[in-house]
Amino acid sequence: MLRSILIYGLINSIILALTAIGFSLTYGISRVANFAHGALYVLAGFAAWVLFYRLGLNYYLALFLAVVMVALIGAALYRFALIRVRGMPISEIIVTFALGTALLELLRFFGLFGSNYGLPPLRRATLQLSGVPVDFQRVAVVVIGVVLIAALWLFTHYTKVGLAFRAIAQDEQAAMMVGIDPDRMATLSLGLGSALAAIAAVVLLPLGYIAAESGTNILVYAIAVCILGGLESPAGVIVASLLIGYAQILSVAYFGPHYQMIVALLAILVTLVFRPSGLFGRQKELEERV
Amino acid sequence: MAKRRERIDRPIKVLSEDIYALESVSRMIYVAAPSVFPILFLLLLPLFTPSLYMQRVLILTAVYALLALSWDFIAVATGLVSLGQALFFGVGAYSAAILNLHFGLPPMVTLVVSTLGGAAIATALVAPCLPLRGIYFAMTTLVYPLLLARAIEATAVLGGTDGLVGIASFPNVWVERYLVLVFVLGATFALRRLLRTDFGLVMRSISDNDQAVRASAINITVYKLIAVYLASALGCFAGAYFTHLYMFVGLSAFSLDLSILPIACAVIGGMGTLVGPVLGAFILVPLAEMVRDLGTLRIVFYSLLLVALVLFKPEGLMNFLHRKYQQIERWVQV
Amino acid sequence: MFEVTTDFLVVDELSKSFGGVKALDRLGFPVVQGEVLGIIGLNGSGKTTLVNVITGFIRPDSGHVRFRGKEITGLPPEKISGLGIARTFQTVRPFHHLPAFKNLIVPLYSSRIRSAAGGGRWGDRDAVALDLLEEVGFERDSAVPYKPAAALPHGYLRRLELARCLALRPEVIITDELFSGLSSSEVGSLMPLMERLRERGITLMMVEHRLRELFQLAGRVIVMEQGRKIAEGPPQAIVADKAVRETYLGAEL
Ligand SMILES: Nc1ncnc2c1ncn2[C@@H]1O[C@H](COP(=O)(O)OP(=O)(O)OP(=O)(O)O)[C@@H](O)[C@H]1O
Ligand SMILES: [Mg+2]
Repeated sequence: MLRSILIYGLINSIILALTAIGFSLTYGISRVANFAHGALYVLAGFAAWVLFYRLGLNYYLALFLAVVMVALIGAALYRFALIRVRGMPISEIIVTFALGTALLELLRFFGLFGSNYGLPPLRRATLQLSGVPVDFQRVAVVVIGVVLIAALWLFTHYTKVGLAFRAIAQDEQAAMMVGIDPDRMATLSLGLGSALAAIAAVVLLPLGYIAAESGTNILVYAIAVCILGGLESPAGVIVASLLIGYAQILSVAYFGPHYQMIVALLAILVTLVFRPSGLFGRQKELEERV
Repeated sequence: MAKRRERIDRPIKVLSEDIYALESVSRMIYVAAPSVFPILFLLLLPLFTPSLYMQRVLILTAVYALLALSWDFIAVATGLVSLGQALFFGVGAYSAAILNLHFGLPPMVTLVVSTLGGAAIATALVAPCLPLRGIYFAMTTLVYPLLLARAIEATAVLGGTDGLVGIASFPNVWVERYLVLVFVLGATFALRRLLRTDFGLVMRSISDNDQAVRASAINITVYKLIAVYLASALGCFAGAYFTHLYMFVGLSAFSLDLSILPIACAVIGGMGTLVGPVLGAFILVPLAEMVRDLGTLRIVFYSLLLVALVLFKPEGLMNFLHRKYQQIERWVQV
Repeated sequence: MFEVTTDFLVVDELSKSFGGVKALDRLGFPVVQGEVLGIIGLNGSGKTTLVNVITGFIRPDSGHVRFRGKEITGLPPEKISGLGIARTFQTVRPFHHLPAFKNLIVPLYSSRIRSAAGGGRWGDRDAVALDLLEEVGFERDSAVPYKPAAALPHGYLRRLELARCLALRPEVIITDELFSGLSSSEVGSLMPLMERLRERGITLMMVEHRLRELFQLAGRVIVMEQGRKIAEGPPQAIVADKAVRETYLGAEL
């Protein structure tokens, strides 16, 4: 029991980190809270499904194309919509939230609810991890999650675009001064954030079904992780994923399945009330600037 | 031949916001007409709606108008964006059901109690989040209805996923029809009035610049609490009313629909005008009803409309009409 | 040097860091009732942070602020302004959608003023507001006081900031770069007003970059660098101070 809680808690934490990392990255760079995050996640799953089952593409190619597509849609979201309401938080929230809702309801209209649609796992196999059976897909999730987070770290610390991202996240004024175009960066950040949502979708969805309902859940999980960790803090995402991940597994084991969501919702509320900047966030200091 | 559009303000001397110099009866009509005619129209409407279906649409419209009004009031008075009007609706709806089923109170009493008491509960829930701004506040309001719905689901209290049935209905259809309409009109009028007083002026200033208000020795938390209480009272009334109308309450009282459609109404009608959101509801809700056969596609439709409006016509109908009514436009040769 | 024991307004060993930046570093000094105290320092030396800490907008990491012997550290801004310590903001903060004179209804509606004025219906406050605007130099019989704040030029917005302070009938006014962005003639026209405020016994603490005008008004000047006080004294002494000339005044005088 203890061993399986440890192992499944870790898996769950990495799942959470995967769902949240895109949201966090976008917010960190462009200060856009992408409330369409969950919808893009579901869309990526559906796109992969169409490409694979309907167009008969190679599975890996289908997954890859789905990610690229969603990344482009994310970038377009900024380039053609959000750019017009930049700096007006009310409008930004309404636009991303309403677009997300529209997208999810459209997908629901096409029958994307319940257990109608699913993606196959990369391989049907079960492994034994110190006596606990874990299916192959979950192991893949852990590996991909860790690799992705490491890759992101390298990207933001060693590539030109990544460094520009960090520059603009730290000080937009100064970044503009050295010739970094904030709109271009924001477009890229939404594209990248959406791509990360899509990657999360294509590796996580084989564990369940592609359903519109999960859009809201994913959004809530992503928000919970980012809020608890501190928006825009990469280290926060990891720590918060572990905290919420284990809390979810424990409460589900002892109280029942509904508590997975309740834990996430409570994490958001409790953090926002007692420490709005989260565990690692600097946001509060920034907001105080008078 | 180059032509240019010219705009002239109508020659009403506006000294300040609510002092007009009225010189003749025609001027008086000119000033009064925009409010008198819609009110009359609204009050006569139930007499001329033939089918039960139309009556229901009218009522639904009024309910959404209340939620839109409530959303707009929070935005005007505190500068906060709520993504969770469903919280207010749901709290009102469930309190009315409990008061009626467990304490046997008649609908007219539960309506009053769950409006005032439910608003107190909802305000108490939102209160700790009031120092938050922007997306942070929006996130908490998004979370609350979901949390309450999941909690009811998980603990199976209050009827769990089945909801509560057998709630008393209104004494007669005229009460049913007019109650909500009169409440919409009364609330719109009262809140507009409130915002014109010095008290309301302070509220509006908070949404403009809260730090400057604090530097003026004013405790903004008190004002925000009052604003949220008033707004949640509207939402709670809507919920309680709906519960008695359908004699049922379920988890749908916390659904996302109730949070997003009011925002759309407010944006169409004109944010910040209070009347605008009501007007918006009277346009959007019947439209959304007409396409009810489309199922959830209806939500797609008004979500996209909302996005388009925010991006391209954020002014809103009310501000537009106001401008057109106050100005004469004509083409002149240059 | 000045060494005044007073229990009027005392800043005591204030420190505040933002991440790695020490905006205030054990800064302390008394403010004497009725004086005009100038605060100068290079950009980023912590002047605005000092104002924010005194007026309650930022909590210090350590240290105290006392007003009339009472600890006011950590009180919220509305409490501190309610005690009669008013401030202006470095970037003007008018209520854009309101006409200029209606901007003043906000402080006039505070309990500090309402309890002093004994209630009153709302129309009454308009007259008070217009008087206040006239005092800070709005032309009374023109359209200016009735224009929405969003449409006012910068000079008027600075005056409006000052009027918002005056509406609170303050004992202390802390100005944060009141003169910046104003032309010399605009500053010149504000000088008599500042003189009048001093004569009325209002204590002024002025953060300024406009040294010439500040030195005419101030009885005492404090020079800040990296959150610390590096010099203090009457303007003549500050101008003469070698260290100050080197780090700060060199460019300006
Ligand atoms: N809210 C904040 N978050 C992070 N850093 C801050 C914050 N406020 C101030 N700082 C930093 O603290 C230092 C002092 O800033 P402050 O605004 O007090 O300087 P100042 O003397 O008023 O400068 P200026 O003359 O430019 O107005 C600066 O390095 C500034 O970047
Ligand atoms: Mg400053």
